[in-house]
Amino acid sequence: MLKEYKTTTEVTGPLLIVDNVEGVSYDELVEVDLPNGEQRRGKVLEVDGKRAVIQMFEGTSGLDIPETKVRFRGDVLRLPVSLDLLGRSFSGSGVPIDGKPEIIPDEERDINGSPINPAARAYPDDFIQTGISTIDGMNTLVLGQKLPIFSGAGLPHSLLAAQIARQATVPSADQAGKKGIEFVVVFAAMGITFEEAEFFIKDFTDRGALERSVLFINLADDPTVERIATPRMALTAAEYLAYEKQKHVLVIMTDMTYYADALREISSARKEVPGRRGYPGYLYSDLSTIYERAGRIQGKEGSITQIPILSMPEDDKTHPIPDLTGYITEGQIVLGRDLHQKGIYPPVTVLGSLSRLMPKGIGEGKTREDHAGVANQLFASYARGQEVRELSVILGEGALTETDKKYLEFTERFEQEFVRQGPDENRTIEDTLTLAWKLLTILPTSELKRIKPEYIEKYGKTQHTEHKNQTEHKAQIEQR
Amino acid sequence: MTKDLITGKIRKVAGPLVVAEDMRGAVMYDLVRVGPDRLVGEIIELLEDTASIQVYEETSGLMPGMPVESSGAPLSVTLGPGMLNNIYDGIQRPLEVLKEKSGSFIARGVEAPALDQDKKWSFTPTVEPGATVVAGDIVGTVQETEVIEHKVMIPPLLSGQEYTVEHVTAGEFTVNDVVATLKDKQGDTHEVHLAHDWPIRKPRPVAKKLIPSEPLVTGQRVIDTFFPIAKGGTGAVPGPFGSGKTVVQQQIAKWSNAQIIVYIGCGERGNEMTDVLLEFPELVDPNTGKSLMQRTVLIANTSNMPVAAREASIYTGMTIAEYYRDMGYGVALMADSTSRWAEALREISGRLEEMPGDEGYPAYLGSRTAQFYERAGAAKALGSDEREGSLTAIGAVSPPGGDLSEPVTQNTLSVVKVFWGLDEKLAYSRHYPAINWLTSYSLYTDQLAAYYEKEAGEDWGKLRISAMNILQEEASLEEVVRLVGIEALSKQEQLTLHIARSLREDYLQQNAFDEVDTYASIKKQYRLLKVIIHLYQTAREQLERVDFTMLALLALPVWETLAQAKLIPEKDIASALDQLEQDITAAVQKLLPEDDEGAVVPSGEETSKQTA
Repeated sequence: MLKEYKTTTEVTGPLLIVDNVEGVSYDELVEVDLPNGEQRRGKVLEVDGKRAVIQMFEGTSGLDIPETKVRFRGDVLRLPVSLDLLGRSFSGSGVPIDGKPEIIPDEERDINGSPINPAARAYPDDFIQTGISTIDGMNTLVLGQKLPIFSGAGLPHSLLAAQIARQATVPSADQAGKKGIEFVVVFAAMGITFEEAEFFIKDFTDRGALERSVLFINLADDPTVERIATPRMALTAAEYLAYEKQKHVLVIMTDMTYYADALREISSARKEVPGRRGYPGYLYSDLSTIYERAGRIQGKEGSITQIPILSMPEDDKTHPIPDLTGYITEGQIVLGRDLHQKGIYPPVTVLGSLSRLMPKGIGEGKTREDHAGVANQLFASYARGQEVRELSVILGEGALTETDKKYLEFTERFEQEFVRQGPDENRTIEDTLTLAWKLLTILPTSELKRIKPEYIEKYGKTQHTEHKNQTEHKAQIEQR
Repeated sequence: MTKDLITGKIRKVAGPLVVAEDMRGAVMYDLVRVGPDRLVGEIIELLEDTASIQVYEETSGLMPGMPVESSGAPLSVTLGPGMLNNIYDGIQRPLEVLKEKSGSFIARGVEAPALDQDKKWSFTPTVEPGATVVAGDIVGTVQETEVIEHKVMIPPLLSGQEYTVEHVTAGEFTVNDVVATLKDKQGDTHEVHLAHDWPIRKPRPVAKKLIPSEPLVTGQRVIDTFFPIAKGGTGAVPGPFGSGKTVVQQQIAKWSNAQIIVYIGCGERGNEMTDVLLEFPELVDPNTGKSLMQRTVLIANTSNMPVAAREASIYTGMTIAEYYRDMGYGVALMADSTSRWAEALREISGRLEEMPGDEGYPAYLGSRTAQFYERAGAAKALGSDEREGSLTAIGAVSPPGGDLSEPVTQNTLSVVKVFWGLDEKLAYSRHYPAINWLTSYSLYTDQLAAYYEKEAGEDWGKLRISAMNILQEEASLEEVVRLVGIEALSKQEQLTLHIARSLREDYLQQNAFDEVDTYASIKKQYRLLKVIIHLYQTAREQLERVDFTMLALLALPVWETLAQAKLIPEKDIASALDQLEQDITAAVQKLLPEDDEGAVVPSGEETSKQTA
């Protein structure tokens, strides 16, 4: 029989302070009985002699000092896991919300997980084709990568994430004679609206992917502190599915900004010394314990690929949340307001985007031998084109040199043809590279310094015949 | 370790910080074992009989009343053969062994000795019994890897007097075996083992520090040519995320002419360490022809591993680096990233409820940073043979939002001599390495000039200055172009812009992922730079004689050859560039005045035909 304490001395924000406790350990799971009979859970944040500080997962409303009963469970918070997880929906703290019973667990796992031994990791280098040119061509996603989407209020990040989840395949697995990889999606919603969450659920349902998904949903009106547990629950489920059940798991977490805000709330309730913008000094370490749970492990078939979504306050990339995220994740896909306002979907700002795992995930045998050079050239030419565009705004197009005019044409068409694509348009990597060559041949060959001459010979020349028709094409675009 | 063990009890647990009571007599920075799992920790504050302890492992499950035991010795590393070709966590636990013991995930309380206890090393003595020796003297050697001979030294703890070698034999020994015995003047006997312990926070002593005079050749053009670092120097690589800090560090770890590399992944990505771990054994060191891993020690304390061990990791790495320097080797240490170390310091400081300084960092951040970098340097080691070694320390800094005015960057810049400032704009246009040539600096340039003039060519210094001037002029001309367009510039100025572009694209840019381009020897760098400056000078001279158009100049096929020149393998570089220089001279001298220009039709297609 667990000992029950009625020695609560303080309730502040999400914290509960209990005195005269004995045998309480750090990080232990706590059950709290409210005066109205409801039961909630929390965990021990600090224990100092006979005094314990408890962080409530579902908030402190309704708690009082004389009647609240506290029991310490002697164990950390665990998530029951088994294959029955698939097709189920849970609250942000792991309680089923789909009206079905609790799952029958194979085992119960500590939601904090353990760090993967760097010596046991396998380097992620299997190309994932998302069917989106700006990602596949220039910011390639690989199996086991953590690649966040940096977005802003009102930008179509959910649409993009859903499209990735829908279209992602691993071509190398298809070719090997095996049937292709079918991703399991683990979806963690933190503080997003009902409508946004429904959008994802509907998308999963429509394409019959719900039975291959696990959902953890904490909505905007759910308790804030519950969000601390939500991504950890989701990743615990993902680790089980990936490393025990050999699944390839795609984890979508949205929105990390609200997660960090919840962390800030707890930190300020504990009166800790704040770091930048009031976020705690350990925000980096805390975020890393989430993001670093992506990856592949030697000798295990499964993998965890993470696509966290975060909305940047005021589209500011130097805000602590995107900033610290960028230092942990293996690149970022940045969505831009200017492209969005031009009506371009997906509004991926390619110059600010990056995939660190790209160099080893592409090339001969993975995508195509010319991929690296083409991607580099697109980046360099588009960057130059942007400069030219600025110049032409100041000086007028007439002042541009012939080459610069080509760059201007390239830049416009790059945005309209390469970046822009339909929310259901699924381009193969071959399509993407062909399109890239078509655009690059607008520029004089002497400008293509990032591509090996033999590739220009091999892939660039076949396009040249088409080159003549480009004037018509250009006219079409100008009409748009 | 003859002191009595002090045993206390846990009073408070808050994250990685544990406060223990009944600890009277404990010593600052002593290693302690916490709780029934005997988690490793270190005392960082003493207050009457309570001790604050930072614990190097996850603390969940600890509760008040659990035992805390002080070992009576500071946190130390074990130094001996077997460290190369190995990967450790922040407190020198071998990760490969942990993997065998606890699987793919790191479990708590797993203990593993840093060095293989059973492996037999073949020891060859270098002294005879009866010889007189002092601390630091080499008593024998062990072939640690194919390329590195491990020198067994008399530990610095025995400093202060002379000894007579009593006994020393060749044979197969484990790290704990006695390989030699020494007798001091009082007649006491001292044993020398293959390995010995050293506290990580205490710099290993040297006989004398020296002024560095040789460059650490990295094979990276922008570094070696414009911002070189000396063997024994200190450098910092600050930059926002995505600007390529890690690639710069890894390139130096791969290609620099240091004999030993200590690479510390301090609070960074797990996959980056895996990358190093998988890639280094495959890569061939251009200096020895053997696998790069044979000279490398990796310390990996990734961001999700316990934060206190991250704080310790850079000292663990530094101590190991010092040990190899003491053997007389040129050692290069990379710490990626020191910002994460500083953050760990801040986190612990916050939990100790210390008064915060700038941006919440503790007030001692500056002194700790300086102490760390001061452990680098060229030095004469202890011992009678006066051998010299060097320790080059290069730290990556990850300033929040790329803002260099933040405390970690500022404190670092006040101690290091080389600053490679990474630029987000360059990274955006995939100009790598994204080292900004206008803001970066090296204070070693003059010190190293003699070396370069000898190794590369006498006009090295001149070429370097000409190139830098062109790049600086470009920056100021660009302002003008932005306002009034390139046509408003004089032809000389336009020429400068074109040469600057060539310098940027054909020289400064270097592709780390291209087999050939990833490394350029000093000779190759010299030839490449020379050919670009040659083009500049001949074109300028011609311009004084003949008023040719820029279009005619740009239409010359030599530009394309120049653009591909960095991809020419080392062995062909001399002949290829001799030819290119001649072609340039010939082509430029044929340029005609503007009026007769009808003959030259500049077009992209024509140039491509000529190269094809």
